[in-house]
Amino acid sequence: MSTTPFLVLSALLFSIGAIGVLVRRNAIVVFMCIELMLNASNLAFVTFARQNGNLDGQIAAFFVMVVAAAEVVVGLAIIVTIYRTRRSASVDDASLLKY
Amino acid sequence: MIVFWVLAPIMVICAVGMVAVRNAVHSAVLLAVVMVSLAIMYAVQDAPFLFAVQIIVYTGAVLMLFLFVLMLVGVDSADSLVETLRGQRAAAGVAGVLLAILLILGITQSTFGAVVGLSKANLAGNVPGLAQLLFSRYVFAFEVTSALLITAALGAMVLAHRERFTPKPTQRDLVLQRMREYASDGIHPGPLPTSGTFARHNSVDTPALLPDGAISQLSISRVMRARGTIRQVVPPQIVSADPRTGQSVPGEPAQIDGGEQ
Repeated sequence: MSTTPFLVLSALLFSIGAIGVLVRRNAIVVFMCIELMLNASNLAFVTFARQNGNLDGQIAAFFVMVVAAAEVVVGLAIIVTIYRTRRSASVDDASLLKY
Repeated sequence: MIVFWVLAPIMVICAVGMVAVRNAVHSAVLLAVVMVSLAIMYAVQDAPFLFAVQIIVYTGAVLMLFLFVLMLVGVDSADSLVETLRGQRAAAGVAGVLLAILLILGITQSTFGAVVGLSKANLAGNVPGLAQLLFSRYVFAFEVTSALLITAALGAMVLAHRERFTPKPTQRDLVLQRMREYASDGIHPGPLPTSGTFARHNSVDTPALLPDGAISQLSISRVMRARGTIRQVVPPQIVSADPRTGQSVPGEPAQIDGGEQ
């Protein structure tokens, strides 16, 4: 089977995730959208591994998963800390660094 | 091929729903659907190891963590629909659609040549092949990953750690405080009365009865009273007894001791 449909699906998911990051206000949902984007890139990696006939793409997807797991752990800890001090998980409320 | 055309629409619909749905828990569930479908996509594309890792790490660990934090932060913290920047939503939507069009045009216009396929690379099995690469060419990246994971775990622990500003109250302090409250405000130092125990109901929404048959307000949760979900209890009629003989007056129903007269 051709790899183009998989890549198109990956591009679609990535764009939807990007829209979600820009549109949503809840920090946790923004994080979920980032995860969606990472997953979409993983799909592209796996697809290109099949296209090129070597396993390097799958290794790259594996590393993306590891980094995503670490990122989720730290990011959610930051969200919990912000929520503890400000009683809000909205990204608009944590704008103090701007000033 | 069939798997792809069945799963791809589901994934796109769920992803759009994840962005559109207001409740964050629904978003998480829709994301779970997308991730499981992605795992099946990996399995279709000769990546059984990534299939397992996707299910275990993403749908198992990461999504569980998301839901855990959602419960911690409060499920009802719905998104505000107020736009802080005017027209930002529409602009973001247009930018996203343009990005999708750009990417799809780029993918469809480029030629990749014939698909090589992984049957040769997976000859010794997918997992041994991946391990061979991971511990030879990518061994440095693998080691760096371990450092990253340790740093992330430490960082999460430091961030989640709550600094204690006052000394932890011991049991002695608690007792003394309770006694002080009893002396000053008359608050009963013992435990609160439990919910009522009757022949039919001993659930938490049944209030306890005081010796005179009145309902004890302390025995029911404040939350349940605010919600108005307290079971209505008809206090049993007290048998009016003759003060001189101690005999119950004939004709009165004796409901407390089961009508045994």
